[in-house]
Amino acid sequence: MEFDLALGDIWVYLSTSPLLHLTLTLLAYLAGDWLFRRSGRKALFNPVLLSILMLVTVLTATGTRYETYFEGAQFVHFMLGPATVALAIPLYRHLDLVRRLWLPILVSIVTGAVVSVTSTILIADWLGASRQTLISLAPKSVTAPVAMGITEKVGGLPSLTAALVVLTGVLGAVIGPAVLAAVRVRDDRARGLALGLSAHGIGTARAFQIGSLAGAFSALAMGLTAMASAFVLPALLRWVFGDFG
Amino acid sequence: MALRFIALLLVCQLLGEMLVVWTELPVPGPVVGMALLFVGVALRGSVPEGLDRVVDGLLANLSLLFVPAGVGVMLHIAMLREEWIAVTAAIVLSTILTIVVTGLVMAGLIRWVERRRQTEG
Repeated sequence: MEFDLALGDIWVYLSTSPLLHLTLTLLAYLAGDWLFRRSGRKALFNPVLLSILMLVTVLTATGTRYETYFEGAQFVHFMLGPATVALAIPLYRHLDLVRRLWLPILVSIVTGAVVSVTSTILIADWLGASRQTLISLAPKSVTAPVAMGITEKVGGLPSLTAALVVLTGVLGAVIGPAVLAAVRVRDDRARGLALGLSAHGIGTARAFQIGSLAGAFSALAMGLTAMASAFVLPALLRWVFGDFG
Repeated sequence: MALRFIALLLVCQLLGEMLVVWTELPVPGPVVGMALLFVGVALRGSVPEGLDRVVDGLLANLSLLFVPAGVGVMLHIAMLREEWIAVTAAIVLSTILTIVVTGLVMAGLIRWVERRRQTEG
């Protein structure tokens, strides 16, 4: 009995300390990454998707509130800011690719980003999604840290955006190459650009499997889409939906 | 050594956040920080070697950083249960459409630019 009591005390102590949920986050991600590697890097076994599923299952099963979990996980979450700043470096590395094809890149990214946002809003609105869902869904093709920043600025739900961005990335990486083959796009620069624009980091990881040229254009598209969306989308969403943040 | 470059990333972010508050721009602070770092590196003409390593280390584990926010989906399960058709249809159809349009526009424009360069010699 004494042993049970001690174990209970430890649990009470641990469940209120940030250490437990920080550690759980890292372990879940490592487990997800291990499964991803074991699957032969299948996009469907995306480590982010798997670790989110594992953590939600554990938290729901133990009746832990998200706020309690986040007290530990916030230390990981905090690194999104510096990581976004760091995206400037891969963008700079691809500078001479941009210089040679700046017009096609610029036109394709603007066209693609407009198609992505307008089709998302029109389809979801037509099928009856709420305003908050529409706003949280609009930046779904933008890399997560930037997409969450955009949603937060306009009064959507950053946590919902994060989940939808991950889903979009996984979907784009899984079906992207087949879709491009179906419409006979065979140029690796165009394939990479389309993957990075629609499926951000997860699409970029897939593009690097096609080849380093596709990968470079995908990373570039991800960075430019993030940059352009961050400057245009918040104002656009406020104009469409009004300010209720 | 690496500490200096971690500080550099944080300084860029902090300046970005300050600029956003000051100018009331509807842009996330870290994105302004990214633009500042980009301009800085472009002016310098190269990426410092130590910064290269810090950035690669950070970006190699980029997907881990989405997890805490993604777990927040548990707060919205009730909403998703009601709106899942709209959300799923929007994600699937819009992603396919975006990939098709972007791929076709980019492939077409590359062909056009390269043909023009050839005829110009």
